[in-house]
Amino acid sequence: MKQFQYVRPTEAGLAINALLKDSGAKFVAGGTNLLDLMKRGIEAPERLVDINRLPLKEITKNDQGFNIGALTLNSSLAEHKDIRKDLPLLSQALLAGASAQLRNMATVGGNLLQRTRCPYFYDTSMPCNKRLPGSGCGALKGFNRMHAIFGASEHCIAVNPSDMNVALSALDAIVQLSGPKGKRNIPIQDFHRLPGDRPELDSVIGKNELITGISIPTSALKHVHYLKIRDRSSYAFALVSVAAALDLEGTTIRWASLAMGGVAHKPWRLTEVETFLAGQQISAGLFQEAGTLAMRGAKAYEHNEFKLKLAPLSIGHALSIASGLVKA
Amino acid sequence: MAKEKTSKASRRNFLKQSTLITVAAMAPPVALKAAEEQWDERLASAIENVPLNIEVNGSVHQAKIDPRVTLLDFLREHLQLTGTKKGCDYGQCGACTVHVDGQRINSCLSLAVMNDGRKVTTIEGLADGAELHPMQAAFIKHDGLQCGYCTPGQIMSAVACIREGHADSDEEIREFMSGNICRCGAYPNIVAAIREVKGGSKV
Ligand SMILES: Cc1cc2nc3c(=O)[nH]c(=O)nc-3n(C[C@H](O)[C@H](O)[C@H](O)COP(=O)(O)OP(=O)(O)OC[C@H]3O[C@@H](n4cnc5c(N)ncnc54)[C@H](O)[C@@H]3O)c2cc1C
Ligand code: FES
Ligand code: FES
Repeated sequence: MKQFQYVRPTEAGLAINALLKDSGAKFVAGGTNLLDLMKRGIEAPERLVDINRLPLKEITKNDQGFNIGALTLNSSLAEHKDIRKDLPLLSQALLAGASAQLRNMATVGGNLLQRTRCPYFYDTSMPCNKRLPGSGCGALKGFNRMHAIFGASEHCIAVNPSDMNVALSALDAIVQLSGPKGKRNIPIQDFHRLPGDRPELDSVIGKNELITGISIPTSALKHVHYLKIRDRSSYAFALVSVAAALDLEGTTIRWASLAMGGVAHKPWRLTEVETFLAGQQISAGLFQEAGTLAMRGAKAYEHNEFKLKLAPLSIGHALSIASGLVKA
Repeated sequence: MAKEKTSKASRRNFLKQSTLITVAAMAPPVALKAAEEQWDERLASAIENVPLNIEVNGSVHQAKIDPRVTLLDFLREHLQLTGTKKGCDYGQCGACTVHVDGQRINSCLSLAVMNDGRKVTTIEGLADGAELHPMQAAFIKHDGLQCGYCTPGQIMSAVACIREGHADSDEEIREFMSGNICRCGAYPNIVAAIREVKGGSKV
């Protein structure tokens, strides 16, 4: 690991200043992603700004919904009594991620900004436009089993690996940022980007901005399920995941919210399918159609063609479980 | 050589600009002095090493360490507490599991300095004198190991798993113990040991 200066500010303003003053500085929260990348020489900050002592750990609830501090641990959030009751989809997605130990370290802010798990990003002897802009994309013609089927570009076909982000997308969360120019709120759907010709940028966060928290509006979508398909039954990243949330009146769908993980550079929200589902009666056939519709515009590469079958089946299954049509 | 110079210059720059934060985080007089005076290697090492106050298995340790040292390496290399194992060093195996303020974490993905002021418990701190912790006894009784390399991590994780309330069924135990990999495949016996301790029956 390269040498770095270590500072531990106790106020958000000081933390932001620390980044402003040193272009080589980076925040560290849980460290579960950044330290991993620093050990491999993929990240090499000159200064590490430890933000763990900032007062951003609270979960509060009001009429509008929840406010969650950026330093809330993934485990505390998943186990929080009101989150489990009001937003079980988020709790399920968090518990499907990583391991109990990692969730005790990982924070909400760090999870939002975790980097891709593309093996070409991780292997410094391989080309990767995300790690080294202009070096090419090793995955495009390489071993691309884990890679995107939506929204990719010739410069990058990596996916966002987070489970939490998929649930936040279906729940219309808002990311709260604070920077030298003040505060701004960004809907989660606009927070992560597609790779285009700048795959080195995962999100729209500014160079010197701090995520202070997220807010999640109160949801009428009471029938939910987070389905994660992976190579082993636990402690592995998603091949495909689905966050399904339904507002039901008897067997009629009032409204639906759907997002997929493991298929794009950002959590992949399926608004067209949501509109299609609204007003319909729940049935296996309907959910199968929804899965098929979701695949419009999908494009596979040499090794991930299986996702074109797996993704629609997963959508159908997640909706069936969420609606109570089948048991989990 | 040229590279060396730039990095020294930028470091000096850093010291001048950020005394506020630096002072809050590190030994104040040294940092201030370094900012005022010419750069010098002696000061460099004083500043790059960060003070650490940490309680491990009930004893308080004060050290000044390179911030790059992980909690795992601090325990093993600085305190010679080699019970905690390094399997992967990347958060993928759980061999390095310890408790920080009662919560299980992977010590390989946490810097020692990030744990300043915290209480750490390692496998060496689990037994009560000569009396094994019930989980240690249960691992022996059920043969919850073969080579034993993953065992300290498994036991630390298992103790936390019960404390968290995630050991109500074999299925739940397996899910909440999935962060601890056992290359020898002792899983059925590990689950049996945890089930027994959770059940509170004599071990
Ligand atoms: C073996 C392993 C398996 C895993 N499996 C899964 C999985 O199945 N599903 C899943 O979703 N995740 C998984 N993860 C990833 C894990 O969820 C992330 O590493 C974690 O969420 C990152 O959070 P952190 O607080 O540790 O971030 P850090 O490592 O501290 O930071 C990550 C990045 O975010 C930046 N950052 C952190 N906080 C802020 C903030 N408040 N404002 C601005 N920038 C900030 C940092 O500068 C850094 O660039 C796994 C990780 C490992 C090691
Ligand atoms: S050594 Fe820490 S998880 Fe493997
Ligand atoms: S006992 Fe050998 S790795 Fe678990």
